[in-house]
Amino acid sequence: MPSFDTIVIGAGPNGLAAAHRLAKGGASVLVLEAGAVPGGGAAALAHLSYNLDPRVAEGMDLARHGLRWATTALPTTALAADGNHLRMEGVLGERLSGAVDPADIAAWAELRARLLRFAAVLAPLNAMTPPRPAADPKNPLLKLAMIGLKARMMGAAEFRELGRIFLTNVFDLLDDELRSPLLKGALAFDATLGSWLGPRSPNSVLPWLYRLSGQTEGRQGALGLPEGGMPALAAAMVKAATAAGVTLRCNARVERIDVADGTATGVTLTSGEQIAARRIVSALAPKTTLMSLVGPRHLDNGLYTRARLQKARGGAARLDLTLSALPDFRGADPTHRLLIAPSEHHVERAFNPVKYGEVPEEPVMEILIPTARTPAPDGLHRLSAIVQYAPHAPKDCTAARAAMLAACLLQLERHAPGIGAKVTEACLRMPYDIEAETGLPGGNWHAGELSVEQMLFLRPLPGIAQYRTPIAGLWLASAGCNPGGGVSGTPGWNAALAMEADR
Amino acid sequence: MNDLRHYETPLLPTPFHARTEAACKTHAWANWGGYRTVTTFEDLAMEHSAIRNTASVYDLCPMIKYRIEGPDAVAFLDRLTPRNVAKLRVGSVQYTVWCDDAGHLLDDGTLFRLTETRFRLCCQERHLPWLLDSAHGFDVTVTEETEEIAALSLQGPTSAEILRRAGVDIDALKPFRMMEVPFGMGRLMISRTGFTGDLGYELWTTPDLALPLWDHLMQAGALHGLRPIGSDALNIARLEAGFIITGYDFIPAHVCLREDRLRTPLDMGLGWLIDWEKGAFTGRNALMKQRAKGPDWAFVGLEIDGNIPADGAILYRAQKHEAGVVTGACWSPTLKRNIALAQLRADLVKSPDLWAEIYALRELHYAKMMMRARVVDRPFYTPARRTLTPPARF
Repeated sequence: MPSFDTIVIGAGPNGLAAAHRLAKGGASVLVLEAGAVPGGGAAALAHLSYNLDPRVAEGMDLARHGLRWATTALPTTALAADGNHLRMEGVLGERLSGAVDPADIAAWAELRARLLRFAAVLAPLNAMTPPRPAADPKNPLLKLAMIGLKARMMGAAEFRELGRIFLTNVFDLLDDELRSPLLKGALAFDATLGSWLGPRSPNSVLPWLYRLSGQTEGRQGALGLPEGGMPALAAAMVKAATAAGVTLRCNARVERIDVADGTATGVTLTSGEQIAARRIVSALAPKTTLMSLVGPRHLDNGLYTRARLQKARGGAARLDLTLSALPDFRGADPTHRLLIAPSEHHVERAFNPVKYGEVPEEPVMEILIPTARTPAPDGLHRLSAIVQYAPHAPKDCTAARAAMLAACLLQLERHAPGIGAKVTEACLRMPYDIEAETGLPGGNWHAGELSVEQMLFLRPLPGIAQYRTPIAGLWLASAGCNPGGGVSGTPGWNAALAMEADR
Repeated sequence: MNDLRHYETPLLPTPFHARTEAACKTHAWANWGGYRTVTTFEDLAMEHSAIRNTASVYDLCPMIKYRIEGPDAVAFLDRLTPRNVAKLRVGSVQYTVWCDDAGHLLDDGTLFRLTETRFRLCCQERHLPWLLDSAHGFDVTVTEETEEIAALSLQGPTSAEILRRAGVDIDALKPFRMMEVPFGMGRLMISRTGFTGDLGYELWTTPDLALPLWDHLMQAGALHGLRPIGSDALNIARLEAGFIITGYDFIPAHVCLREDRLRTPLDMGLGWLIDWEKGAFTGRNALMKQRAKGPDWAFVGLEIDGNIPADGAILYRAQKHEAGVVTGACWSPTLKRNIALAQLRADLVKSPDLWAEIYALRELHYAKMMMRARVVDRPFYTPARRTLTPPARF
């Protein structure tokens, strides 16, 4: 058994990005993956790309390792039950057509430009180790000052507007500028996708700006779809990491991180096997890492308690259907991203029952039918949907799953009559299924909720936002760290940079 | 459960109230943790004298008590406190402290190991939320049992003799050890512990046996100078013994508002409690850092010229540079010296040029005195009888 100086736990995009960078830097890196296949959320949950970090794409040379884009500006159709859809083409609805109030075309163009501008100003925060609120000589004061300067250089009016909307909610922001229900519904859906926030939840704009700071192939706000789907993106990352000398072991579930005298010394697998390393990088959720892998005996009570109470509620479920024939969403282009979010009110209403652990009657969802673009060899069609909102802890998990599936199929039937008869297989993974499958606490896609009080230097928790933990040699590198989730590789890359700076 | 007329008795009686009320000639009552407690029963000098020359009883009921029980009790306590709990034998007691993540003191107290897996933690402040949070991930239950236990402190040179006369074979009981005897229809636990620095015991039973216990002791001690004492007399004795009180000598971290007032065990001269080798405990990382650079503060005993107690006095170096503050002081009747406990800047512990600024209010005029203070070893007073086993007969 060769020895490694670094063990990375979890072969998701962040684990692979961190492993690659560390290996390139000369470390001998072993990546341990609990599942049978690597890729984590990139392979199993996400179905399109919105924020792949260009540093990761270039640093790992993903193009050379097989990443091809089917499209780097996936258009969206916001579905109307009567067939009078809204089409949003180009990057982030650059061009609107169909069911849109004429006044909204100009209003959206202005709001869109402003949101992208604000997101771009804040984007450098994504790529840095968050500062410590207490004076710390390592704080990136110059970078922070540059962000402030760039924000101010937008002009007094825009700077004030950024301040005005920064902590407001999506519903009010949209209500200020727009009136078309389908447009507002689509934007409200995107803004809250993957979070445990409704459009009316306070502070819901900032997570949306985080989403909009992402890019695909250099185009900010663009949605990308890799050829072969998101598993192909994961596969390219695996190839790149392996080519960089990273050793990957699947079916190797870490039972605990071994700690002696406050220092991580290695890991013990569920098989009982112990593997020693000087440096352990956990790309699992920080909450899971601290509570389950390290445990209370090695951590101060205050930190452990904060980890225990960290908010991690998932509101998104993933639906996968196998269909005998291509469904017809009343004439909508099936290669588009299809949204069922008839209005901003529908999004909020879908969130309401989830607060009480109940299932919404009319869930909102984002639908992709990859086989409409590239036919499958078996002639069947595959539909995937991210459905919101699903309760993460209902009273009866089996009943909630059945009710949610029924509600989803009913909602689909409303928009694509006859789709129900075409379904040959249906699989709905609720947040608790996702938690059981991936270990993401609460089934939250960001490995810890992405909300203002858990962002930047508060992410994942105050005191450990710099990727370092109180356990010497143990680092955090998951979506639970700054800046957050998505198939970006950003937190993993940032963590590797922090480790390099530590030497 | 909610008594809607609770406001009529904002201070609760302790299980000994019927006797303490009858004995309290001065009606000098004070609030201690929500209970009515006596500051002086009759005469402060006589009460202090009883501690040092005969024997005293002191009602300990308001002391906060937690029961900690379960297979992981030792692991839980070893993570909670810096002392090594695994080394505490069944039937023994240890003085201990606990800290937050930053190593700042939350409280001090005494930890009783009742069985392999059952402990009692006695302390000044209420800490149930912190203890319950700390218990997460451990197979242990933490229960507040303050109201389930009646506790009485029996302290003084004749205390052992009084217990003998009360029918307890006390001779083999060593300091910081405990024993249990039948009493009435129940049990009485006796620990050789106390807050006076003298020979003494603490007696623990159920509230229904509180009054019979009081009467039994008073009868047994009638010819041995036994008298009830209040908090004022105890405070003088504890100062002579050099013991600290949470909230007086340091401000516990969970209620402290000012960052520069937080204190660690190292600041408070309690570094000797810390087992650096036992592994993780809450605050260890922070304390290791502080140990490496040395604490900013020291906690010292002072002898101060004159006979005016220096309570709250500011300490100076060379009569003009602030050096610390007196946290507790008294004229010691036992030593006939003016003593004080103080937080002092660590770099000035060896300074020969320390002064206490004492303001004495004399008929509406302050007499301001700058008195020389000398750092001396603590405890100020520690009689050999405190640890003598078996204790002397009277």
